Amino acid sequence: MNDYTAQQPGLFSGLWATARRDLLLAWKRPGDVLNPLFFFAMVCTLFPLAVGPSAEQLEFSGPGVLWVAALLATLLSLNSLFLTDFEDGSLDQLLVSAQPLPILALGKTLAHWLTSGLPLVLVSPILAVTYRMPGSVVPVMMLTLLLGTVSLSLLGSIGAALTVGLHRGTALLSLLILPLAMPVLILGANTVSLAAGNDVYTTGVWALGAYAVASLSLAPYATAAALRISNE
Amino acid sequence: MENLAMGNYGVYVWSCFGLTLAVVLFSDWRARLRQRRVYRDIEVRIKALEER
Amino acid sequence: MWKLFHQLASPPHFYRLAAVISPWLAVPGIALIAYGVYAGLFLAPMDYQQGDAFRIIYVHVPSAYLSMMAYMIMAISGGIGLIWRIKLSHAVAAAAAPLGAAFTFLALVTGSIWGRPMWGTWWEWGDPRLTSELILLFLYFGYMALRGAIDDTAKADKASAVLALVGVVNVVIVHFSVEWWSSLHQGQTLMKKGGPAMDPAMLYPLLAMILGFTFLFGSLLLRRVRTEVLFRERRTKWVREMILSPEGS
Repeated sequence: MNDYTAQQPGLFSGLWATARRDLLLAWKRPGDVLNPLFFFAMVCTLFPLAVGPSAEQLEFSGPGVLWVAALLATLLSLNSLFLTDFEDGSLDQLLVSAQPLPILALGKTLAHWLTSGLPLVLVSPILAVTYRMPGSVVPVMMLTLLLGTVSLSLLGSIGAALTVGLHRGTALLSLLILPLAMPVLILGANTVSLAAGNDVYTTGVWALGAYAVASLSLAPYATAAALRISNE
Repeated sequence: MENLAMGNYGVYVWSCFGLTLAVVLFSDWRARLRQRRVYRDIEVRIKALEER
Repeated sequence: MWKLFHQLASPPHFYRLAAVISPWLAVPGIALIAYGVYAGLFLAPMDYQQGDAFRIIYVHVPSAYLSMMAYMIMAISGGIGLIWRIKLSHAVAAAAAPLGAAFTFLALVTGSIWGRPMWGTWWEWGDPRLTSELILLFLYFGYMALRGAIDDTAKADKASAVLALVGVVNVVIVHFSVEWWSSLHQGQTLMKKGGPAMDPAMLYPLLAMILGFTFLFGSLLLRRVRTEVLFRERRTKWVREMILSPEGS
């Protein structure tokens, strides 16, 4: 008994496939993952150097500095989200694939978050300690970074798709994404500050969560549309 | 009854109104300039093609 | 009825129609502004709290209003162009951007100048509206930068339309998040629009200014759209005929 009908791939099989591919590529080039992390750490180092290491100032500015550094590091890593695929032609393959483009875009974004956002979250406690962040606040900070980097990766993928292959795309990418990222920054950094001040901070967490969910639902479509436009 | 000094706030009030006027006029001027330039460029090109 | 829309979306028709309509917007606009300026500066009574400085409202509020209206026009016409593929729509979006940016700049600077005597500082990060307006300016710059970076007009139109649409959602969110942020960090004074209940003598000039500026904006926009259309259609037959005919500009 021969079954000629090939098994139809599931809706999300494209997602896992692209994610797995990008993760494998990242594994082979650890620099791509580590560089933004070092950048994150360096930016966190720059502030005390520039502004002075007073303990009070550090503790006060800690949430903000960590969040800005995380945002900048994410921006740095977003650059190459579609770039290598664009350069070697695999992006065209994605565009003509039978799989829905938003799903494929989501897969790449997932891989991006796993290799940039998540490591940031895991490394952040170390830097938070240098900013004298109280132990009780660190988990809150990690939570805000977790939710925030999800939004940043998703929103960033839209910008990356719009600017892929453009001359001087990097600077343009930053210019496009920063306004989109500002609410996330505001919510994230200030939620941590509230926690540090023993105030109620749960609203911020909910807002960040809502932002992440909204981005998750909507960004892949915008990214897919942008990819098609950039590559027609 | 008109108090041009605007109760010591004159500098601020007049600079705001002046700036607004300046920006609107500038914007209009630039738009007219561009329009004229585009028109002239097209005209030159088309007339040149006509002469062939 | 649809024929009217069809005609409107046709570049040569629009080009001619816009020239006709434009003075009907510009003249009333300027008249309203003239009244608004005179009444606002000389007839409206002084504000109880802010003295004569509050008169800046008569240029600040229309600018801020236009900065947002222009963005909506940019986003909506971009969306229409994207969905229904109407080229004219994209031309409107492209033309609206620099105008919107100019009024955003005006809103920011007049707001800053107003803030100096009121708050004692040229910039107040704590004011949510100033900060949101600044972010709006960045959105405009991003839009114009993206357009400039893409050579192919059609591609630039579509990409910037996507950006503008994503930005619209963002404008709303930014406004709320900045308000929340500024409420956390006290010490800000929200710019009151001249007080909770505005004296009619203060209000009428303001309404006149807003309406007048809107009309003026319309006529400025029409000129820019006409130029944009002319440029985009420069190789078409209707443009060629128009230029060769006894100077029908």
